[in-house]
Amino acid sequence: MRWKTTAAAAAIAVLALAGSAAAEGELNIFNWGDYTNPELIKKFETQHNVKVTVTDYDSNDTALAKVRAGGHGFDIVVPSANYVPIWVKEGLLLEARPDQMENFKNVDQRWVDVPWDPGRRYTVPWQWGVSGIGVNTKVYGGDINTSAIWLDPPAELVGKINVEPEMTDVLFATIKYFGGDWCTKDLEVLKKVRDKLVEAKPKWLAMDYSVTEKLPAGDYSAVYYWNGAIMRSRLKNPDIKFGYPKEGYPVFMDSVAILADAKNVDNAKLFMNFIMDPENAALISAFAKYANGIKGSEQFMPEDMRTAPELVVPAEFEKAGEFLTTCEPDVQELYTRIWTEIQK
Amino acid sequence: MATAAETAKHAEQEQVRRRWLLSTPALIIIFVAAIGPLFVMLAYSFMAKGDYGDVKFGTFSLDGWTSVLFQRDIFDDTLGLADAHLSILWRSLRLSFYTTVLTLIFGFPTAYFISTRPPHTREIWVFLVTIPFWTNLLIRTFAMQQVIRNEGLVNTALIWLGIIERPLQIMHTDVAILLGMVYVYLPLMVLPLYASMEKLDFRLVEAGYDLYASRLQVLWRIIIPLVKPGIIAGSILVFIPSLGAYVIPRILGGGKNMMLGNLIELQFGSGRNWPLGAAISITLMAMVMVALLVYVRNATRSGAGHG
Amino acid sequence: MARRPFDIRAQPGFGFIALITFFALYLPIAALVAYSFNAAESLSHWEGLSLRWFVSAWQNTAVQDAAIRSLMLAVWAAALATIAATMAALATTRTAPYRGLTFKYAFINQPLMVPEIVTAVALLIVFSRIKVWTGYSGMGYLILAHTAFCIPFAYLPIRARLESMDLTLERAAADLYATPWKAFRHVTLPLLRPAIIAGFMLAFVISLDDVVITEFVKSGGQDTLPTYMLGQLRRETSPEINAIATVFLALSVLLVTVFFFVNRRKP
Repeated sequence: MRWKTTAAAAAIAVLALAGSAAAEGELNIFNWGDYTNPELIKKFETQHNVKVTVTDYDSNDTALAKVRAGGHGFDIVVPSANYVPIWVKEGLLLEARPDQMENFKNVDQRWVDVPWDPGRRYTVPWQWGVSGIGVNTKVYGGDINTSAIWLDPPAELVGKINVEPEMTDVLFATIKYFGGDWCTKDLEVLKKVRDKLVEAKPKWLAMDYSVTEKLPAGDYSAVYYWNGAIMRSRLKNPDIKFGYPKEGYPVFMDSVAILADAKNVDNAKLFMNFIMDPENAALISAFAKYANGIKGSEQFMPEDMRTAPELVVPAEFEKAGEFLTTCEPDVQELYTRIWTEIQK
Repeated sequence: MATAAETAKHAEQEQVRRRWLLSTPALIIIFVAAIGPLFVMLAYSFMAKGDYGDVKFGTFSLDGWTSVLFQRDIFDDTLGLADAHLSILWRSLRLSFYTTVLTLIFGFPTAYFISTRPPHTREIWVFLVTIPFWTNLLIRTFAMQQVIRNEGLVNTALIWLGIIERPLQIMHTDVAILLGMVYVYLPLMVLPLYASMEKLDFRLVEAGYDLYASRLQVLWRIIIPLVKPGIIAGSILVFIPSLGAYVIPRILGGGKNMMLGNLIELQFGSGRNWPLGAAISITLMAMVMVALLVYVRNATRSGAGHG
Repeated sequence: MARRPFDIRAQPGFGFIALITFFALYLPIAALVAYSFNAAESLSHWEGLSLRWFVSAWQNTAVQDAAIRSLMLAVWAAALATIAATMAALATTRTAPYRGLTFKYAFINQPLMVPEIVTAVALLIVFSRIKVWTGYSGMGYLILAHTAFCIPFAYLPIRARLESMDLTLERAAADLYATPWKAFRHVTLPLLRPAIIAGFMLAFVISLDDVVITEFVKSGGQDTLPTYMLGQLRRETSPEINAIATVFLALSVLLVTVFFFVNRRKP
């Protein structure tokens, strides 16, 4: 019978351990992968005695699908600006009124009356940035300030390219590449867009999420990706250079929102207020290398971020950047169908 | 007499009743968390898709099933074959087939090698095959990635030996998925092959040599036919999980070279087309069932042959 | 057999291919283990021996939570599956065929026959709806799902043992007027013990290894070690992951070795 006693003891020990792991409060964050500073989480945990878990997603659509399915168990989600109205319309977000929170005064005026959430009744800024080009200049020495790098790749880069798996960013740059406007319904332009993407996709190596490791390591030689991740790659490998597509590139902002069926609403609100503190906002940026939209956070940020070519847009390319907005539902549907066709 | 028979019958009924009672927990658990949901999924495949995932409950639609094979062109609205789905289906079948062939090529000699060791060391060799088999699939896939990536073991070694100058691009290609699947599923080929080779009657082999057969003839005419059940069992055991592979192409394929498993996930995730995802799942299941039927028919036939 | 110069068992090249196969089976694992002791920041070059990644993984609370959750889940699922499988095995062996027996076999082994991804999405559909209806989104769903696919693994060795077991002792017990329960408790169960342990361990390993079904069934904050690793693998993979994998590997090897010896010791 000894094995039984041992097994029972082991089982009880495991269960007991699991019990003790539960802290007083909990908070479940559903955020983009590789985007949350562990130090920020640790600081929040000790300050408020809350146990935080972070789960990753890799695209706005994935997050939306998972939450839409129900029973997800998350409290906080971080959708991009152009997706926030969809979340609100679907009734998935809680009107948490961050505009009435103590630290709201720190939010940069530029990011208060935003079209996707006027007056910030649902969301607070997390980070913002642009999608651009990252190239290993040892492999390719030509002009990198163009979307041609991944849409009409030069021979050196064919089969070495990674493209971010995010529908809106990819379609945005391609529509701009053909001179169209974002949210266009012009079928002629969209047909070109579809055909170009179908033609270009075999020349890519991946549509993946591991740029900060594989770009500096040489697994990828070029990427169409978010600027912060490319900056992190450059810090590991100085041959990496960042390019602003002159045809047009998207500007995004991801915002923190509380889910309508969140179980830990109080802790989620604490977290919202917490990240609007400049010192904490600086922690967010110091990790993922994107700007954050909180006034006064610059002074807590590392020096290299204030001068980084990935973050300070050169004057000549400033005009090409455009904020991503939500398109009409029928346009959205059209874009989704194009995207699905490319995804397969 | 009649009463005795009645009592016996009664006892037998009681026996059967008790046996049903005993198996109830297992049956219920499997029904709730494995079989039942499959029927729900079947129902979902006949519903209209919701706008952001899910389905429009109770709205009948065949769109999920038609879009497995056909798609409406975005621009001129004509109905054409869904090449994307077909090419993923084709890739899944092709890669699974190659995986089966390659595992057979490496697995057969290995199983033969093990079965010709002295009896007391055989167990050790089998054990050596079993260890990777029980190691987490994710870990083995990850290990494979570390071997084949650009700065991985293979490329570093080849460059160091001066065979190549620039690293070979293996990661994120079909070859990477193939290598991963062969590596991961190899034990599934070796073990059943070994099981049937262990019983191989070498007197028959000896008879072959006595009749002046060459080694190749003995292998081809005597050994292979005798272990055919093992070959088929191994092939099916490798083919089925390869067809439904999800983790291996997800990690080694780079989000671009999908197999059926990834296509299913896509429909339930960012593709937001649950009925289509359900229909593809059922298609995959049907393919597996066909493979299993082949296996069962083969097993019963060879069983009868030996009997 | 008399020793002959001509070995009828030999086939040219087979030994060589077999050795290549064993080498190939262990090379990636060995590389992984070696890399976990690498001091370097990056996965791609070697900077000498160090335990730093084991330490950093050990201190990573996300890893701790996931590991504890994995173990807890595996203990629950394996225990429940073993109980259910033992009962089912008693109900389906040592009997004349009765109506429904084949049905039961097929039913119990069903989780082995359906591709995991299919079961996973089917569970996603059903469980997410139940989660919304009941408002409960705890570990129960994962335990239930794991128990279901562990049952056939626990069932196999127990059934095999029962099939080969000697009935005399049980009959003797019955002749001595032992109740069926007492006969089971004092005769059958002790004889069955090695098979039950084997079944439990198989189920335990299977549960510990599962990634696909867990990935689709889990709610927020329910990452197990494999799903945590899956998340890590798609993005920046810190060398920590090598260390975690090595520990995991050691655990699996330990379990399989124990299983091997438990199974080998024939009473």
